[in-house]
Amino acid sequence: MDVAGTRRASFSGVPRWVIVIALIGAAFVLVPLVAMASRVNWGGFVALVSSESSVAALLLSLRTSVAATILCVAFGVPMALVLGRTSFPGQRLVRTIVLLPLVLPPVIGGIALLAAFGRQGLLGRPLEVLGISVAFSTVAVVIAQTFVALPFLVLSLEGALRLAGTRYEAVAATLGARPTTVLRRITLPLVLPALLSGAVLSFARALGEFGATLTFAGSLQGVTRTLPLEIYLQREIDPDAAVALSLVLVIVSLVVVGLTLRTAPGSRPGRVAQ
Amino acid sequence: MKKKLLATLAVGILLATAGCSASSPAPALSVAPTKDSLSGSVTVFAAASLTKTFGALAAKFEAAHPGVTVTTSFAGSADLVAQITAGAPADVFASADAKNMAKVSTLVGSPVNFATNMLEIAVPPGNPAKIATFADLARPGVKTVVCAPAVPCGAATVAIEAATGVKLTPVSEENAVTDVLGKVSSAEADAGLVYVTDVKGAGSRVTGIPFPQSSTAVNTYPIATIAASKNSKVATAFVEYVTGTVGRAVLAAAGFGAP
Repeated sequence: MDVAGTRRASFSGVPRWVIVIALIGAAFVLVPLVAMASRVNWGGFVALVSSESSVAALLLSLRTSVAATILCVAFGVPMALVLGRTSFPGQRLVRTIVLLPLVLPPVIGGIALLAAFGRQGLLGRPLEVLGISVAFSTVAVVIAQTFVALPFLVLSLEGALRLAGTRYEAVAATLGARPTTVLRRITLPLVLPALLSGAVLSFARALGEFGATLTFAGSLQGVTRTLPLEIYLQREIDPDAAVALSLVLVIVSLVVVGLTLRTAPGSRPGRVAQ
Repeated sequence: MKKKLLATLAVGILLATAGCSASSPAPALSVAPTKDSLSGSVTVFAAASLTKTFGALAAKFEAAHPGVTVTTSFAGSADLVAQITAGAPADVFASADAKNMAKVSTLVGSPVNFATNMLEIAVPPGNPAKIATFADLARPGVKTVVCAPAVPCGAATVAIEAATGVKLTPVSEENAVTDVLGKVSSAEADAGLVYVTDVKGAGSRVTGIPFPQSSTAVNTYPIATIAASKNSKVATAFVEYVTGTVGRAVLAAAGFGAP
């Protein structure tokens, strides 16, 4: 991997003007983040990010994002398998709908979730009768996060499945392995790196979820007020705290994206678990 | 795979940064010659709760002074304060409370109070939780939504709790009064505390329940010209228009009290 990477880099077929534009693009992303970091009140940083409400928001965010990621894996893996390994009429339409939360403004996601799980909603009303209330609960936060994060897992896993091809699976099947055995011993190990990176991306998306949560779950410390909501609220009273918390979220996101890029290139179809 | 992943990342980043901005474009400028001494354009920054009234007042002001264009920008008072501090080209600032006006005291002329607003209980149509008094909001099982103490409507809520001795345990503390209203009108919440003007503006989507203790937390709206205004003549005229008879009538019709 590294050898191939180096070789590719040393072949400099990229015109210089492309590099210049790329650098401007990179600066466009970097400058606002650096500018924000320069606003951090370092003297009070620890106090700002360790206040009771900040810690509650961070812990809630981590808890709900982990739960959402687990749900994304539980539902996203079968969805990616069905989309990537079978063909059925209307598959294209189904894929488009599944990926819709990627392009929907989160507020719309929140309104749609309200229509489904709200107290007056399609599913919410029967649930209410059963004594289960999703409204204003941590469960609502997890639902909102899963809704927006699921496409990330499906997208990256389905791509990897298509790229990996079905050769090994076909061989295993001819040797008498049952479908579940093939899935467990061949398919999943083959796309494990993509699964991991997809899960990490889903986690990152869940961590950043704001609009759908605000619309659908509400905002209460320790229950539904995740870190992005806390930052939004702190901006009203203490901009210093908002900037400090933003930096925390940026660092967490950086670590998460960094992890993804490290795990990504390993998914070569040639390497199969024994 | 790597390419695919990078593409995914790029898409994600694009999506994540899709933001929103709101501003009212300036209407076509009338160039008809007029005897009116006022001309040019002014930008009015006003609290979100003034969206309807100030939109109407800006149109009326333009009609009264054909050479003038009024551009309005509505947002939470704290947001507007941040924009003004950062040098946004505003000529007039109308805040939802004195506290936010005080934050820009060095950048504005002397503020004039032009309206007041009080909280009211809002319930979904039909009042499913049978709310009648402020104390009902604290009843177990009642899902009450309020503003977070950090924002003006939440500060008023805290003041009323202190005055009545009723301790609310809200299911959500929202950032903006419009979010509270949304939770009530969608019947997610059984009740919410919003401004009288919000109930009036929401029409039949919510029912308002006035309560006597709301008078313990009256919000006063100040308006002022921005010192750096390039058209302070028109800015001053607009402030006088808002505080004058026409402004008074429009605001009163929307439910605002006299200062």
